[in-house]
Amino acid sequence: MSLSHAFFAIIRRDLVLALRRRSEIANPLLFFILVITLFPLGIGAQPHLLQAIAPGIIWVSALLAAMLSLDSLFRSDFDDGSLEQILLSSHPASILVLGKIIAHWLVTGLPLLIVAPLLAIFLGMPTHSLGILLLTLLLGTPVLSLIGAIGVALTVGLRRGGMILSLLVLPLYVPVLIFASNAVEIAGTGLPVDAQINILISILLMALVLAPWPTAAALKMSIN
Amino acid sequence: MTAKPTFRLQGTDLSCIRDDRILFEGLSFELVSGQVLLLEGKNGSGKTSLLRILCGFREPDAGQVLWCGEAIDDSQYYADMAYVGHLDGVKKELTVLENLKVSLALGQSGQYSIQQALNKVHLTDYDEVLVQALSAGQKRRLSLARLLITKNSVWILDEPFTSLDKQGIALIETLMSEHCASGGMIVLTSHHDIELHDVAVQRINLS
Repeated sequence: MSLSHAFFAIIRRDLVLALRRRSEIANPLLFFILVITLFPLGIGAQPHLLQAIAPGIIWVSALLAAMLSLDSLFRSDFDDGSLEQILLSSHPASILVLGKIIAHWLVTGLPLLIVAPLLAIFLGMPTHSLGILLLTLLLGTPVLSLIGAIGVALTVGLRRGGMILSLLVLPLYVPVLIFASNAVEIAGTGLPVDAQINILISILLMALVLAPWPTAAALKMSIN
Repeated sequence: MTAKPTFRLQGTDLSCIRDDRILFEGLSFELVSGQVLLLEGKNGSGKTSLLRILCGFREPDAGQVLWCGEAIDDSQYYADMAYVGHLDGVKKELTVLENLKVSLALGQSGQYSIQQALNKVHLTDYDEVLVQALSAGQKRRLSLARLLITKNSVWILDEPFTSLDKQGIALIETLMSEHCASGGMIVLTSHHDIELHDVAVQRINLS
């Protein structure tokens, strides 16, 4: 079958799997909602403070939720041998891996985008910055999945890779966090944020092109 | 009768070292279409390591694996090879049919359609059943059905008879004979003594 057929078959397979294992979708989303709803309780009746740190809260929570979901990206395929079959395919492994990452983002990243505006209003974020918040999440969360995939691919063969995974991946998430939360914050004041958005776009494009290769190579190392 | 394409799988001077222990060294073999290579040896003698080298999962510590005279990474090898390992490589949350469709998408369509392959491995009418509801032997037959639906000439099988009953073993032996008769080749490890009719079986003992 053709490469595009294989690519979409992998995406479809992972989406069906996610639908049959709903906790995988629910866990990161629930975590995201819980962390954000706990902040007002912890800070108390200080709406201005909350409003000021809202972009940071939402983005840090999104980042941690993305990290929490990473392990599920290759774990089950590694454990049941499907990963071997994917890597043995005559199609380029990096494209098939990209399919898996896209499916993973659709399952764990996209739901965050859907609930984020609600939570933003809940934190008192000005409504005119909601559009920018959504845009940064749309550009930023795929980067989290793409970069995270390299880390998971490197650690999937280890029994307790969780700690190493966070150490590997978190520093690489920092640029996304800085530019994205800064863009949302500036948008709240009404200033233009084209620069930050352009940087996020370029990070996304770079990750999209550069991340699948090392991921595929690391997976080959991991199954050895 | 049209001439069948002949393929050649060679290992030259292969060696494998694991944790400072030499599992095997200076191992050479040549396998052509229609032949079976049976790897024997006690546990831990490197049978699976050799299979994984032949799959390209592992680099040999010395020597080379050649496919029709070319190094496997530079050749069409991966399009011609299928592997069934210790792990079945099927997703338990998907149905039998969904699993086979994914396998088919990853390879090129082969000799049999999915329905024909399911008939062959006696899993007819199981196509809508979730794999987690299958028994271990049925799962094994399902992973072997993958060999039938994709185009391939080399089968690499790691203990294919595990958890199969007598009929299952006989069935797989028949499929293996058919595969060799149609110009394929098979490399396998097995504790079970295989009985193949009219097929040249080479044996390598790794102990």
